[in-house]
Amino acid sequence: MSDATLPRTAPPIRRANPKGALVAVVFEWLCCGAATMLLVALGWLLFSLVLGGWPALRKFGFGFLTTATWNPVTDVYGAAGPIMGTLVTAALALAIALPIAGGVAFFLTELCPAPLRRPIGTAVELLAGIPSIVYGMWGLFVFAPLFSRFVQLPMMAAAAPGSLLEKLTTGIPNGSGILSASIILAIMILPFMAATLRELLLTVPASVRESAYGLGATTAEVVMSVTLPYVRTGAIGAVMLGLGRALGETMAVTFIIGNSHTFPKSLFDSGSTIASTIANEFTEASTPMHTASLIALGLVLFVITFIVLGLARLMLRNQVAKA
Amino acid sequence: MTISTARLARRRAKDIAFKAFCVLVTVLALTALAAILWSLLTQGLGGLNLDVFTRSTPAPGSRGGLANAIVGSIAMCGLAMVIALAVGILAGTWLAEYGGRSAYGAVIRFLNDVLLSAPSILVGLFVYEILVAPFHTFSGLAGAVALAMLAIPVIVRTTEDVLLLQAATLREAGVALGAPLSFVIRTILWRSAQSGLLTGALLAFARISGETAPLLFTALNYQFFSLDLRHPTASLPVVIFNFALSAYDDWRRLAWAGALLIAGAVLAVTIVARIVAQEQKRS
Repeated sequence: MSDATLPRTAPPIRRANPKGALVAVVFEWLCCGAATMLLVALGWLLFSLVLGGWPALRKFGFGFLTTATWNPVTDVYGAAGPIMGTLVTAALALAIALPIAGGVAFFLTELCPAPLRRPIGTAVELLAGIPSIVYGMWGLFVFAPLFSRFVQLPMMAAAAPGSLLEKLTTGIPNGSGILSASIILAIMILPFMAATLRELLLTVPASVRESAYGLGATTAEVVMSVTLPYVRTGAIGAVMLGLGRALGETMAVTFIIGNSHTFPKSLFDSGSTIASTIANEFTEASTPMHTASLIALGLVLFVITFIVLGLARLMLRNQVAKA
Repeated sequence: MTISTARLARRRAKDIAFKAFCVLVTVLALTALAAILWSLLTQGLGGLNLDVFTRSTPAPGSRGGLANAIVGSIAMCGLAMVIALAVGILAGTWLAEYGGRSAYGAVIRFLNDVLLSAPSILVGLFVYEILVAPFHTFSGLAGAVALAMLAIPVIVRTTEDVLLLQAATLREAGVALGAPLSFVIRTILWRSAQSGLLTGALLAFARISGETAPLLFTALNYQFFSLDLRHPTASLPVVIFNFALSAYDDWRRLAWAGALLIAGAVLAVTIVARIVAQEQKRS
């Protein structure tokens, strides 16, 4: 009814196109495009690793992962040595660094006298940013000689022939090897893990801790049964981030692991990790198959770290969402 | 009663053991880290002189410095930061203001987190495959792209975080005046978040300036002074790596000096970033 009364012939009101309307659309697309670049970059990275490593994977098949012959002369490659080296050094580094990082974080949140809290906390955070090559150099020039003299030689001398200890400590006592690399890795990931754990522990509400103390719990009990469980998921995430760093670390390891491709047989044996193998050989790869094998190694590393990091991030996110 | 005192004693003992452990490992950790800084200082200062900044990398036994490596590092990091800031801030803005709550946004955020801690050597391999192998030459450009890929996730992360910290009333006020959201973002949000964005940029810069692995087979190395990023370019970390593993004492001295320079630069940038962040918190 009322529609009919409207003058149908009236010229439609023409609004000028708002200035910048196009800019707004373009800007949003630019932002979206930039975000998509992340997806493209990661997808392309995976694709180029698969593509580059394909010749090696096709030729050696599953054996690429399980055999330990790495021989550029005969052009036969099996990655079990570097893969094992990567897993062992990362696991050992984590086993060493985790209790220490936990101790540091607990010390900083529960025990440390207030005036020292910030300086030490800040120092730990700053050290997390020191480039890994510095840790590697220190490992090679300062740590290795000391380690050889004060740990390797005495331990090898103390090991009874035929005992398990002897098996674990065979090798050349020159200070480099699997265990040395693990220790350097542990020192490298320690500040990062301690800083993350500390940050997590600081998210525990004061009232929760206070009520635990109020019930008469000792510091150890408060930490072990109240604050640590409170940040459990986040803490696991932080640990796995540390593990991810240890798995993918190149420089700190390359200096000191000894760089041999054999399957590591003992803690003092020299070995290699995936990252150190790639760093050492990639520019000097002699044949296309050598290059392809190195890229296939990279693919293996990508898969391992992607799984670890994915799990870690999911856990950390949940924790942050909860806090 | 005796039972409960025994229990109390056990709990106390456990507590003391726990505390002792915490103190012990903290001392141990700080000692190890102090030892690293100490040898860095003593070994590095010994090799530091004017030549380091004015001469290019020498042949073993002759006089030289790290000038080409320092300049190469600065040029590559600078270019990487330009790329990373452009992509990172836009992507972070998208996550915070446009699509962050969608499923696609969640995927992007997850991938960014993965990229944030992906092994840097894989980024090097990737850039080799796409920018070095097809053009048959190592180049500083490829090095810069590899470094940018490592800086972008840091910037995306901090950009998203600081934009989400900005008050919703800022956006509402802008939009209520009739400004399109894009205008509000560029003129109001970015401006009010600028110190946070600066912190992110500095942290990203600190992260890439010490990276060695991605440069090994992208920028490679170059013995002489050059500003041409289309060719192999020297960088501090790679020179340190090569020189430290060499058998020559003078090369090793230069490596220590270089390591001290890098660590010093990274620490300085990180400290500045923290100061900027604190200023922001206070204002």
